[in-house]
Amino acid sequence: MIDWGAIFSNAAVELISPTTAAYALAALGLAIHFGYTGLLNFGQAGFMALGAYGFAISTLSFGFPVWGAVLVGVGASVVFALVLGIPTLRLRADYLAIVTIAAAEIVRLLFTTNTFQSITGSANGLSGYKGGFAGLNPIPEGRYGFGPFEYNEYDWWLRIVAWSIVALACLFTWQIMRSPWGRVIKGIREDEDAVRALGKNVYSYKMQSLILGGVFGTIAGMIFVLPRAVVPSNYQTSLTFFIYAILLLGGASTILGPVIGSMVFWVLLSFFSGFIARAVEAGWIPFITSIQAGQLRFILVGVAIMLIVIFRPQGIFGNKKELAFVK
Amino acid sequence: MSNNTVPSNKPVKSTDLHIGEAEPGCKKRDPILVADGVSRTFGGLKAVDVDHVEIPRGAITALIGPNGAGKTTLFNLLTGFDKPDTGSWTFEGRPLSGMPAFKVARMGQVRTFQLTKALGLLTVMDNMLLGAKGQAGENLFRAIFPFFWAKQEEANRVQALDILERFKLDTKKDDYAASLSGGQRKLLEMARALMSEPSLVMLDEPMAGVNPALTQSLLDHILNLKAEGMTVLFVEHDMHMVRHIADWVIVMAEGRVVAEGDPHEVMRNPAVIDAYLGQHHDEDLGEDPAAETERVEAIKELLD
Repeated sequence: MIDWGAIFSNAAVELISPTTAAYALAALGLAIHFGYTGLLNFGQAGFMALGAYGFAISTLSFGFPVWGAVLVGVGASVVFALVLGIPTLRLRADYLAIVTIAAAEIVRLLFTTNTFQSITGSANGLSGYKGGFAGLNPIPEGRYGFGPFEYNEYDWWLRIVAWSIVALACLFTWQIMRSPWGRVIKGIREDEDAVRALGKNVYSYKMQSLILGGVFGTIAGMIFVLPRAVVPSNYQTSLTFFIYAILLLGGASTILGPVIGSMVFWVLLSFFSGFIARAVEAGWIPFITSIQAGQLRFILVGVAIMLIVIFRPQGIFGNKKELAFVK
Repeated sequence: MSNNTVPSNKPVKSTDLHIGEAEPGCKKRDPILVADGVSRTFGGLKAVDVDHVEIPRGAITALIGPNGAGKTTLFNLLTGFDKPDTGSWTFEGRPLSGMPAFKVARMGQVRTFQLTKALGLLTVMDNMLLGAKGQAGENLFRAIFPFFWAKQEEANRVQALDILERFKLDTKKDDYAASLSGGQRKLLEMARALMSEPSLVMLDEPMAGVNPALTQSLLDHILNLKAEGMTVLFVEHDMHMVRHIADWVIVMAEGRVVAEGDPHEVMRNPAVIDAYLGQHHDEDLGEDPAAETERVEAIKELLD
């Protein structure tokens, strides 16, 4: 018989997991790029990789304190955004998509290559950089919580920090998007020549947006590696596509969309993988091995996302009215 | 008593704008924009090749010419949306050539587009507010703190509502611009341009695709711009409209300025008639008997 309780509690754990927070923050960065400014950034995985490696390398190789390591990661992503943006932001939107997808792959391959193994750890990645972050933890040792949400002091500290950052990022984004700055940004999404004709420096605004969303992605990359190790294969293009899926699920130009979208995505993913694994064990699906079952969950999540996009194309929080005018 | 008042539908024309003969490139008494040697080629095609042109201040100038005459290209060059191969121009005495479009707009030279560019998924009010100049809240760091920009925003909102009322769009202020009709979008684009309090308004085919009822109100708005002291330069195809509101007409053909002058006189200029109708428009080819028989022979041969 299937243990429904275990399936549901494993799924519920994903609601507040740091990975969910990391994906939510990365998707919020992408909402700034794609949803508000109309920049087709397909390299969010590259920004996340820079955050993860920037944090880990500056801690392990250079012994930086936590704040220093965070600054290194953020600085690296600002430079990355400038390098991507200076040649492409003057061109049509599609070029940015091509350049970012390639640049993110270059970043990943640079971290994977054996040439820099002493620093990047090559394909094995890096670990052992969490000491500084754990040392800041004010929570005394022990286990806390209830039901499925019972963690030790490090896990709680990580969750509190991760979700506080997500909350701050949401507040920040909400505030700037209702300001005149946000109005220019949304205007650029609609028609950048019209905005240029009104005396706004479109290039500079697009650059600011690219940097801001990229920094969100970078910080997300740091949160992402705090409960695990840094492994280069995590930063493949599929990571960017998962984040796009989350963004479209929640609503592309919304603040809460990426957060709720990420929660829905991870809860569904965990639910399906738990359900399928146990269903195979129980002999409900006889033609599938347990290895194949591990992949099937992505198919089911894909189907679920397709259904949402077909029946609620504006996403969970999107404004239905906007769709009436989509060209 | 009342017979000397000007009827509301008869606009007051500015006269005596030029010095000397009304010929292509003639001097103006008070030019707001002076362009010299502006040229732009697309591949082998010389789209714009203007030796000298001056736009008179405080008047409505029409830029006319057949399709492909280079009117819109000249517009794009003068507003920084395109880069010329050669040439320089000044606006209010300050050199503008090579300046990016957003700086040109900030100096008070605002344009609209032939294909209307209303920002569809922004409300009509947001479209308007976007037009306002020098907003503190458009800086990312100040945007975080509303006290830097809340007051200015309120003032802009009042101004926007005032302009929207004049354009009869105030009831639409919370609707998406995408929900407006084509003509209303033209109005919105013009209203939005006014938010920056420009000194030169450049309208690229303001009447294209607008129904006749709205045309009249658009004309009145253009005349109002002049009444408020702005200079207007517009591209148009409709000759009736040009005759009705323009104080000065510049005619372009094949990239060059071929004629300039008062709207009534310029229409009689042979260069203008040639530009529109072709150089052989007054020769009736059908009545040349020799040519006729020749053609008949040729057709017969083909049939055999």
